[in-house]
Amino acid sequence: MSADDPVVSMSGVDIHFEMDGTLNPFEGPRTVQAVDGVDLDIPENDVVAIVGESGSGKTTLGKAAVGLQQPSSGTVTFRGQDIWNAKKRFTNPSIPYSEIRQSLQIIHQDPGSSLNPHRTVEASLAEPLKTVQTELGPEDREARILAMLERVGMTPPHDYARRYPHQLSGGEKQRVALVRALLMNPDLILADEAVSALDVSLRVEVMDLMLELQGAFDTSFLFISHDLSNARYLAEHADGRLGVMYLGELVELGGAEEVLRNPQHPYTKVLKWATPSLGIEEGPAEPPVREIDIPDPVDPPSGCRFHTRCPYATEHCREMTPDRRSVGEASHRVSCFRSEEDSEYWHSDPLEGASLDADER
Amino acid sequence: MSRHADAAPTAKTQTRSDAILTCRDLSVEFTMDRGTSTVLNGLDIDIERNEIIGIVGESGSGKSMFASALLDAVVEPGVTTGTITYRPAEGREIDVLDRSDDQLQQLRWEDISMVFQGALSSFNPTLKLRGHFVETLEAHGYDVESGMERTHELLSDLYLDPGRVLGSYPHELSGGMKQRALIALSLVLEPDVLVMDEPTAALDLLMQRSIISLLSALREKYDLTMVFITHDLPLVTKLADRIGVLYAFELAEVSGTEELLRSPRHPYTRALLNSTPDIESPLAEMQPIEGSAPDPVDVPPGCPYHERCPLATADCAAVKPAMEAASETHDVACHYWERVPDEIDLTTEVSR
Repeated sequence: MSADDPVVSMSGVDIHFEMDGTLNPFEGPRTVQAVDGVDLDIPENDVVAIVGESGSGKTTLGKAAVGLQQPSSGTVTFRGQDIWNAKKRFTNPSIPYSEIRQSLQIIHQDPGSSLNPHRTVEASLAEPLKTVQTELGPEDREARILAMLERVGMTPPHDYARRYPHQLSGGEKQRVALVRALLMNPDLILADEAVSALDVSLRVEVMDLMLELQGAFDTSFLFISHDLSNARYLAEHADGRLGVMYLGELVELGGAEEVLRNPQHPYTKVLKWATPSLGIEEGPAEPPVREIDIPDPVDPPSGCRFHTRCPYATEHCREMTPDRRSVGEASHRVSCFRSEEDSEYWHSDPLEGASLDADER
Repeated sequence: MSRHADAAPTAKTQTRSDAILTCRDLSVEFTMDRGTSTVLNGLDIDIERNEIIGIVGESGSGKSMFASALLDAVVEPGVTTGTITYRPAEGREIDVLDRSDDQLQQLRWEDISMVFQGALSSFNPTLKLRGHFVETLEAHGYDVESGMERTHELLSDLYLDPGRVLGSYPHELSGGMKQRALIALSLVLEPDVLVMDEPTAALDLLMQRSIISLLSALREKYDLTMVFITHDLPLVTKLADRIGVLYAFELAEVSGTEELLRSPRHPYTRALLNSTPDIESPLAEMQPIEGSAPDPVDVPPGCPYHERCPLATADCAAVKPAMEAASETHDVACHYWERVPDEIDLTTEVSR
């Protein structure tokens, strides 16, 4: 364990799920490639936001990062220690698995179902403390819980501690979930669509709280969302990074501001188009994709996986898979032939409905 | 309602020239143990022919009740009062709230159609999509053959492959496909008005935005009037000609979309705009709205927003503001609408 090691490092992570076949005994099991060849380092005190459509594998990626989903191949390490090796018996890990588990926390999308409806807020929050910090007496435990509730703006804390989940609003439940994660002194919190279920007017409030706590506790955040404006709000405020997932692949990753100001992957541009802004337009333009629906992840397209929808796709994209390369700022990486000046792409025939210089609408 | 007693003649009390639906003093009440819960309180609104009107509100602002009330479909024991007048292109005016069950059945789907939020629960899981279309056509006595031709066209208009979709069971389609198929189903009987309650809420942004584009195209092609109900203000600005903002079961402001974004007159609308995460506006300036929306059993007297409003005076707590016309196309229910633009800054930059 060294101080330079990132909190979590994923390298070459593939996650494949086998689906039970149909009743046809001659048909083999089908494999969903939920995550494919993802490399991602999350250093200390960093915020990474991942965006993508439903079915892009962003939740699976998040779960792998906090050690809740074992990769089919590739490694996930916590401060240099392989998480899945640490979990095996007789491996004598440098960091025990229980400590890793405690350091990587998660906040779910639905705050309602992540709290036990029969227990008070205090009982729900005391449970993990009892398991993990056995040295704390009941009074100390209560004091810590009340202090944290106050910290997240649930005042008076005594009143909130005695409430049941149904007596809390959606935003307050999400605060309790956040407190529960923070009580473990985690190094990384996975927030999976943590504000998506809240009303628009409440989202900013909860995100502000996450940012404040991120700064105060030096916790890293992996924030997963389908909503580019939420991802941007969190990542840009924390001076963090933004990653874009498409069909299991991380197609673009870079500083949040840089990625949004200067998106390189056509898919990132599509997401930007899809993000509601308060601009006034003459009327909505046609969607800048050739197909509205995301392809079946059981049978992803060949070559660049976005070629079936990309407005710029050519024959080359159908046959070859683009490498990840740096563009502009060193940390800004993208997987698209259009970022290579000398690619064969530029001499290849466009696919039906596409063109090399499709207008950026 | 009390607000009519002292209300001077305003734009709202006259019927607009070509309104397809006119709601007057539309209220919905539920009687519960805790007391009477007014979940829609005296709405006056005209919906013009061929317009798309967006109705925006937070959870618990009464927006879904408004959708149900438009089809006289409020669930028991809710009581709908007031009037809703429907004016078809040809024929006589119809009072929606005064129809027999048989007449209502005909009105729903054939004249006014509705798309609900959860597409999943709107389909029968054991019936292929083709069955849903055929069943709907047969139940309303339409010719199935020509109806299915129309179905094919509608599905293609929504970027769906008709053969594949009609031969599938609901679970074989993605959420976005199901939602589009549901929109096609709601249009198969050629209604004049399409009421949509959060039709895109469970979908991701790219699909939401794509559906918005498709709806615009459908309106042009089939001469539809649309009522789009949502909590998502930025989404509906891309689609709607006019927007009505609901707060605490009443309309706070109704205006043309552009005017609403450029110079909102109600403090709540301003707060709503300022709290909206937006990809283009400066980061530092998004502000959450302080406080929370009132309980339907216990709506404060006077202006329902006064407890959260920075401009509130004793007057606001005592006297409910009437709808006043800020311009020909802009109505607002606030005592101080003339002062609002100077007093509350708009931090979200409206881009062109």
